[in-house]
Amino acid sequence: MADWLSPAEWDALRLSLRVSFWATLVSLPFGLLTAHALARWRFPGHGLLNGLVHLPLVLPPVVTGYLLLLTFGRRGWMGQWLDQWFGIVFAFRWTGAVLAAAIMAFPLMVRAIRLSIEAVDPRLEQAAGTLGASPPWVWATVTLPLILPGVIAGAVLAFAKAMGEFGATITFVSNIPGQTQTLPSAIYTFLQVPGGEASAARLVMISVVVAMSALVASEWLARRAMRRVQGR
Amino acid sequence: MSLSVALCHRFGGFTLDVSFDAPPGVTVLFGHSGSGKSTVLNAVAGLLRPDEARVEVAGTVLADTTHRIHLPPHRRRLGVIFQDGRLFPHMTVRQNLRYGRWFSPHNARRTSEGAVVEMLGIGPLLDRAPATLSGGERQRVAIGRALLAEPRLILADEPLSALDDDRKAEILPYLERLRDDWRVPMLYVSHSPAEVARIATTVVMLDAGRITRMGPAAEVLSDPAAAGPGREAGAVIEATVTAHHPDGVTELRAGGLPLFLPTLAAPPGTRLRLRIAAADVMLARGRPEGLSALNILPGVVESVTDRGGAVLVRLSTDAGPILSRITRRSALQLGITPSEALTAVVKSVAHEAADVGRAPQAAARTPGKGQPFPMR
Repeated sequence: MADWLSPAEWDALRLSLRVSFWATLVSLPFGLLTAHALARWRFPGHGLLNGLVHLPLVLPPVVTGYLLLLTFGRRGWMGQWLDQWFGIVFAFRWTGAVLAAAIMAFPLMVRAIRLSIEAVDPRLEQAAGTLGASPPWVWATVTLPLILPGVIAGAVLAFAKAMGEFGATITFVSNIPGQTQTLPSAIYTFLQVPGGEASAARLVMISVVVAMSALVASEWLARRAMRRVQGR
Repeated sequence: MSLSVALCHRFGGFTLDVSFDAPPGVTVLFGHSGSGKSTVLNAVAGLLRPDEARVEVAGTVLADTTHRIHLPPHRRRLGVIFQDGRLFPHMTVRQNLRYGRWFSPHNARRTSEGAVVEMLGIGPLLDRAPATLSGGERQRVAIGRALLAEPRLILADEPLSALDDDRKAEILPYLERLRDDWRVPMLYVSHSPAEVARIATTVVMLDAGRITRMGPAAEVLSDPAAAGPGREAGAVIEATVTAHHPDGVTELRAGGLPLFLPTLAAPPGTRLRLRIAAADVMLARGRPEGLSALNILPGVVESVTDRGGAVLVRLSTDAGPILSRITRRSALQLGITPSEALTAVVKSVAHEAADVGRAPQAAARTPGKGQPFPMR
């Protein structure tokens, strides 16, 4: 193992990567469904759903974290129910960090996917229907390929957001080294102890690199998505 | 094939109420924009759900509101050629062509991909992306894609209206081949009389959501009462190429009468459909002498119809009915009355390239000989 990071720093980086990976993967199907619903369907509660999805973007993260604790904590109604029936526990586990990161990154993912769905010409899907493709096939062979770059861009953005999530995570699952101490929590901890600046600086650099590459990749993929939809 | 349509649909103060049975061949829904013709096509395709509908194609009921039947578009097996092509931008031309194939039942696969590609001349385009194609090429691929889906019926929604005149002339022969060589039944929406004259077997005229006239193409188009304004009025006659003269004139024969056109690249024996615009036909008493016009058709006046400042005269000749548009003053001076003998004078240049097409029966003659010929 490279020795330019201490074991504690490695732990934080590994945990952050794991949390962000699962947060992105698990929220992707929900993100696709929500984006599709917001872009294409008209139903009562459309505005409410839109608001709910975007809420974590505007609420103080500590509020989101506290609400998660109330709902998914050991004594929260969802938390109790999930523990009882599925043995899934979020409180003070890395899975809780995944949930917090997923909720916080969800608006960014939905926005990116929704924009790419709105750019797809529904008349192409109509044409696919007249050629014999049933709605699920139309989605798989026309809609999905056309929005794929947008979906990837949304996922990359969500991953980067999950890597940086701090407020909701620390409120919901605390800051336990090796369990829930992600990159930002570790930086925060290192800054609290004397002589921790060097460790913090290394982790800060890693954070900056991850965030920048995600933004560049997402931008590039979004541009490709537009070209693809316009058929160039 | 038989297509039987009965529709009733109200939207935004507009009522569509049509009912027709289409014989084999190409049935053109003809009318101005807003007449409801595209709505009829969308209802047949299943893209629109009318208030009341009964649509039957070749014995299969696609929609019947009294029995709560409404097949979704993907279960109707109708090939739609859209105005804008609607090729899938993320697929190559080849993938576009094969798309409908994935979903067509195996036992319905009669059309060979190679034959379609050859007929449409799109072999060199197969690996290209749709965005790199010209408008005409795109529409040819769209025709192939619809054809390869093994449709019961092809629906064409103004497939030429997004193209310029040269591209139209490029695509029309392919549509004629669908009709004649492939014998694909078609429901075709158009507002262009020249297009109708070339492609239609049957014409259904629509106005404000209702059928105003319906029947075989030649009959409907030469009916003064159904004729449109300006250059739109014109009769359709059928003729056979008899000879090519060295002075650049092609001789044709229509019902025993000779006709002369600038050289056409069609071999003698080819049956052609000619559209003669009413505005290009002069009328004379007796046989005129010393005229530059080559085509002189004696006939008998069938009807005289006043049409907003001008008069449409329908003349019955051995070549078929001819329409002539003359001023009211000329009509008065000549004193035209029904059943009197007159002569129609048609300038040979009056046959526009886009107005000359193959006669619908052409395929019955010699299979495999129906090459589209250049018309410039």
